[in-house]
Amino acid sequence: MNPIAHSPHAHAPVSVAKVMGTVLLALTPATLFGFWLYGFPAINLWAISLIAAILGEALVVRMQARKVRPVIMDGSGILTAWLLALSLPPFAPWWIAVVGSLFAVVIGKQVFGGLGQNVFNPAMAARVMLLISFPLEMTSWVAPQQAPGWLDSLRITFLSQPIDGMASASLLGHVKTEFTRGIGLDQAMLGYFSPLDFMWGSRAGSMGETAALLLLVGGLFLIAQRIITWHAPVAMLLGVAVPALIFNAIDGNHYAGPMVHLLSGGLMLGAFFIITDPVTSPNTVLGQIIFGLGCGLLTWIIRTWGGYPEGVAFAVLLMNAATPIIDQYAKPRIYGRDRKGAALAAEKK
Amino acid sequence: MKLFDLRGGVHPEGKKDLSAQRRIRALPLPQFLYVPLQQHIGAPATPVVHVGDQVLKGQLIATAQGAVSSAIHAPTSGTVIALGDFVAPHPSGLPVPTITLQSDGADKWIDTETIDDPFALPPEDIAARVGAAGIVGLGGATFPSALKLNLSRNSGVQTLIMNGGECEPYLTCDDRIMRERAVEIVEGILLIARAVAAKEILVGIEDNKPEAIAAMQEAAQGTAVKVIAMPSMYPMGSEKQIIQVLTGFEVPAGGRPADIGLLVHNVATAYAVQQAIRFGRPLISRLVTVSGGAIKTPSNVEALIGTPVQELIDFADGYTQPAARLVLGGPMMGQQFTHTGVPVVKGTSGVLALTQAEIGQAAPSPCIRCSTCIRVCPVGLMPVEMVSRIRASDLAAAVTFGLKDCIACGSCSYVCPAHIPLVHYFNYAKGDLAAQERTKLKQEATKKLADARNERIARIERERAEAAARRKAAREAKERAKAEAAKVAEEVV
Repeated sequence: MNPIAHSPHAHAPVSVAKVMGTVLLALTPATLFGFWLYGFPAINLWAISLIAAILGEALVVRMQARKVRPVIMDGSGILTAWLLALSLPPFAPWWIAVVGSLFAVVIGKQVFGGLGQNVFNPAMAARVMLLISFPLEMTSWVAPQQAPGWLDSLRITFLSQPIDGMASASLLGHVKTEFTRGIGLDQAMLGYFSPLDFMWGSRAGSMGETAALLLLVGGLFLIAQRIITWHAPVAMLLGVAVPALIFNAIDGNHYAGPMVHLLSGGLMLGAFFIITDPVTSPNTVLGQIIFGLGCGLLTWIIRTWGGYPEGVAFAVLLMNAATPIIDQYAKPRIYGRDRKGAALAAEKK
Repeated sequence: MKLFDLRGGVHPEGKKDLSAQRRIRALPLPQFLYVPLQQHIGAPATPVVHVGDQVLKGQLIATAQGAVSSAIHAPTSGTVIALGDFVAPHPSGLPVPTITLQSDGADKWIDTETIDDPFALPPEDIAARVGAAGIVGLGGATFPSALKLNLSRNSGVQTLIMNGGECEPYLTCDDRIMRERAVEIVEGILLIARAVAAKEILVGIEDNKPEAIAAMQEAAQGTAVKVIAMPSMYPMGSEKQIIQVLTGFEVPAGGRPADIGLLVHNVATAYAVQQAIRFGRPLISRLVTVSGGAIKTPSNVEALIGTPVQELIDFADGYTQPAARLVLGGPMMGQQFTHTGVPVVKGTSGVLALTQAEIGQAAPSPCIRCSTCIRVCPVGLMPVEMVSRIRASDLAAAVTFGLKDCIACGSCSYVCPAHIPLVHYFNYAKGDLAAQERTKLKQEATKKLADARNERIARIERERAEAAARRKAAREAKERAKAEAAKVAEEVV
């Protein structure tokens, strides 16, 4: 290293690994709750995702003749795999986790040039790839709190042996199916939506997406730690809630209300942990608000009129693609210049 | 008074408690003083002494040269023993023209003129005396003060802002001078205000210096000077930022505070002005904070210009551990130096010996676009975008993100979790840009000269041809006249 260093000769006590570590810490409550809710199969899946990501990333970094240790230790690959695991159906087979994790860190990140270079959120890119390629495995939900034993969990994860009576449907999937049978919301939601259960997370869904309250707590922790700002998450929640509110008021039997939307699917995880991924989201406050609103609105549109019951992952990928354009237009005003960049007039005050 | 918001900013650990309670102590007279001819922005001064000359303390030894320059005076009495190159107080450590003085130990002043009522002096006289005293901005920019006063008097000053921000961590010399010499500072401020006919005088001091604020308020009582406590935040003491906080105005891009009727001076400069006007003492010493985790007794010292930095470190009882980095100035914008023989110059506000833990250095890692740099930039730039353009050698694009507006405060580098040396990139790019612009100017000048030469050659050719034609015409006319005359003569005959 150059013996002469440029100023500043002081540094805030921050590092990339610390940023990633803080996000992992914020995810821990919702993750542990997911483990408790879905038992050993969920733990298996989470562990397999992480191991696959670490090994896969180490292999490709080695192939690029780069140092492996700093890449693994920055924690970004682990975070990606963790987020992917949280978005998987808890009883999904082991190879779903392996294929997803490898796709996320290798195709989603390293192929673009590694940390900071990828255009699309790697976890969401992997989730969408899995959903399109393996729709059956990716939509096999189970009801919570059935606690299969350790041996049963191995059979579920590694042998894909379903256990009778455990299958369930997610609310969004169920409602969509019922619509196709011509059944309205009031009927379809009977026995499916209980705001309190949904808030705690006791519902059928992905491993770590259901505990709305715990995800909210994790998100607020990240805001307090100044890892993320409130702008994008709030914008995304508004982007879903506002159209839901309007359409629900117009036709309550066809359009679910804001509470249903806010508490179901992957919205909470998406709002606080996915769209706040700095690499794939815009840089400025204005840009992040536009980005969040877009993610929210697209999520609502896909859920409401799209072919898939859930739309967070698609919405995020679409807005990821728009990020460079948003960044181009949402720049801060420079001191001594107007918004267009022209120097302010020199007049005596 | 209502203060205005500042964009961005950071809160580095102040570390001012290391030296804030230490009274100013005068450094013992060093045996040798190394006085560089370039201690200010502008052209270097021209020496007016020769090797072997005896000089008195305060005697002019180098005079200002050209429009932007500053005079230099002997810091003590003694003999000029060398006029030549000496290692510069700069990261390069390159040699710069320097006058070396051997002290005679008498520290004998030249005859100085004491003025009983400096406020009777006409404004232009005040500026002239400030110039003659070799005073430059002591906040760090080292712009010749007299020039600033003259420019401001001509353009008119509504508000004089005195900068007592001292937002750099570790530095406490402005804090101490305000605590201990507030009366002199206020007199200096009033003299500056008189020199530029300012209508309003504000002194901005960060609220982490309550003693300084109290001392200045007491000294300012009954005068037009208003002392204002500002929130402690880096870079509050930057000229553009202190203007924004105190007045809500922004200096137009590419312009000067004078463009909007403002003038900003540092409080230590006001003290130097007071000493120069009332006592006729030129700027030959300054306050320096000697601090850092590796310094045994952090101190505020009054050091003669030209004193080797090693003497300051010795005066602070040396090191407690080997310094991981030596810095001139504050940690945010100061410059690293390696040779402790370098002299204190007019712009030296601090000598820091920092430990490894204090500098927090780490190898740069990939940018994760966290945009913290954008949030903390006090100017509204996008450092993350600028760096990616600079890395791709696309300086024009970096300019569109505000490269030229960067004040190099270092806030972005300070917060970067990937430890990317952002400001280093920007200063490198600014240098490259300046070089490109110089090359362009040179090419344009060359082209102009070549065009002029071609035109000149063409003109000479043309003139030559015209002259030949004129001569031919004249000759023909003469012959015609001759023939006429002969004809007439013939007829007459």
